[in-house]
Amino acid sequence: MDWFYELWPKLGEAFRGWLESALPDSIEGWVIYLVLGLLSMLVIVNLPIVGVMAMIYMERRLLGRFQNRLGPNRVGPFGILQPVADAIKIMTKEDIVPNGVDRIVFNIAPIVMLTPILLMFAVIPYGGDTFLTNLNVGILFIVAITAVDTIAIFMAGWSSNNKYALFGAMRAVAQLVSYEIPLLIAILGVVVITGTMNLNEIVAHQSSLPLILFQPLGFVIFFVAISAELNRSPFDLLEADSEIIAGFHTEYSGMKFGMFQLAEFAALMGYSAVIATLYLSGWEGPGLPGYLWLFVKVFFIFGIFVWTRATLPRLRIDQVMALAWKFLLPLSFLNVAITAVEVVVWENGLPEWLIPVNIVIGAGLVAIMHRGLNFQGQTRQVVPSGPERLAAINRPVGGGTE
Amino acid sequence: MLADYGYIGIYLLLATLIPVSMLLIPWALSFVGVKPHNPTPVKLETYESGMRTIGGSWIRFNFRYYYFALLFVIFDVEVVFLFPWAVYLDKLKLFGLIEMGIFILILMVGYAYAWRKKALEWS
Repeated sequence: MDWFYELWPKLGEAFRGWLESALPDSIEGWVIYLVLGLLSMLVIVNLPIVGVMAMIYMERRLLGRFQNRLGPNRVGPFGILQPVADAIKIMTKEDIVPNGVDRIVFNIAPIVMLTPILLMFAVIPYGGDTFLTNLNVGILFIVAITAVDTIAIFMAGWSSNNKYALFGAMRAVAQLVSYEIPLLIAILGVVVITGTMNLNEIVAHQSSLPLILFQPLGFVIFFVAISAELNRSPFDLLEADSEIIAGFHTEYSGMKFGMFQLAEFAALMGYSAVIATLYLSGWEGPGLPGYLWLFVKVFFIFGIFVWTRATLPRLRIDQVMALAWKFLLPLSFLNVAITAVEVVVWENGLPEWLIPVNIVIGAGLVAIMHRGLNFQGQTRQVVPSGPERLAAINRPVGGGTE
Repeated sequence: MLADYGYIGIYLLLATLIPVSMLLIPWALSFVGVKPHNPTPVKLETYESGMRTIGGSWIRFNFRYYYFALLFVIFDVEVVFLFPWAVYLDKLKLFGLIEMGIFILILMVGYAYAWRKKALEWS
């Protein structure tokens, strides 16, 4: 049973023992250290790529169910080989580079997009002793490295020599940059409580109670901000198909398009793991080993992302910007202020009766701040009902240019 | 701690290698004959919903983007100051709380000014 619960550390130990006996004594210790490190890196760098295949399958099946249809079910049992078929198809597709594109930037952009996303998996703790690196600035590293994606999106949009791509890139930069700030400040609430940016220590801090109980408001802000950062559906207007074709990757085809898609889903997977680590006590849980618990949580959070995608319609750009600057930003500052006061008042850990108090404060603040958005309870012009509706429909098109 | 950053450095090389190989493998496949390559003048045109492309693509865009970029820089720099404070809050105690309260208050004056001047409006 030990092997089941501590699979990866034990595998590493066994492999180190085998290497030490197999290699001659003249080989120094650091070589073995390096070889082991490289092997674990190979595992971790392939983890998002395999995980993305599962996520794409899961999203298509779930969306199918939400929309009262079957989803992919032809390739393999239950359509489980569909992502493999898609991968083969996308690899062998013709690679079109249109006239007038800036060839160097056009080709580098997918690489710049994917590399930072793969990097964020290096610091996530997958279990008790299962992590590649134990950075003391873990969470800051993740946010900083994934912010590079904004540049990649702009590179893709600018070099494409396409108006739609440029529009998509402009929207992307405005949106990603705006939601970066509520995201960072929501993380700040967790850092204030735990007193560390090290992801392993943040998980250790939640061994008794997950932080979502003490940070309900912070969790909501983080979730909304991250769905905007990852272009998930209510905020996916940088690639809104009905307005600007496909946004910044309009001109991409074949594997380059696949890499953008891969980066998007890998970021989703990585940030689901970050949400699990920050708020849902990471790999800790009863019964199952840590690495399995983390993936149960990751796919649970991913299911919520799919659910919001299936439920909510797309926002307009002014609503998106107003939500970031007039709603989430003040709310996240208030959240940090309340959390900081709580941490200073109760020096030896927060008492448990604060949990309902925090939830009530969070709900009250959301209700009050909602007025700042100035939408007056409606997000767009509502078409009237009854005879007024008929009049509105029968009104001459073009609206009075006479 | 330093070894951890070394690992990150090696991992960066690996994480660059994988996307590069993802570009190179399809490129190599086109020599084997698995992947088609027949460009035609129409296919290589800039995509514009099936119409002939009109004008250049580097067009004017809404100046509002510039406002948001400016505001972003201000708040992003602020967050850089907030993170070390958050880590050491349990040692700074009340002093740290008041100090950071004043800092954020000064910034909030600027934020309120931006809101009042309608820099946060899109239209």
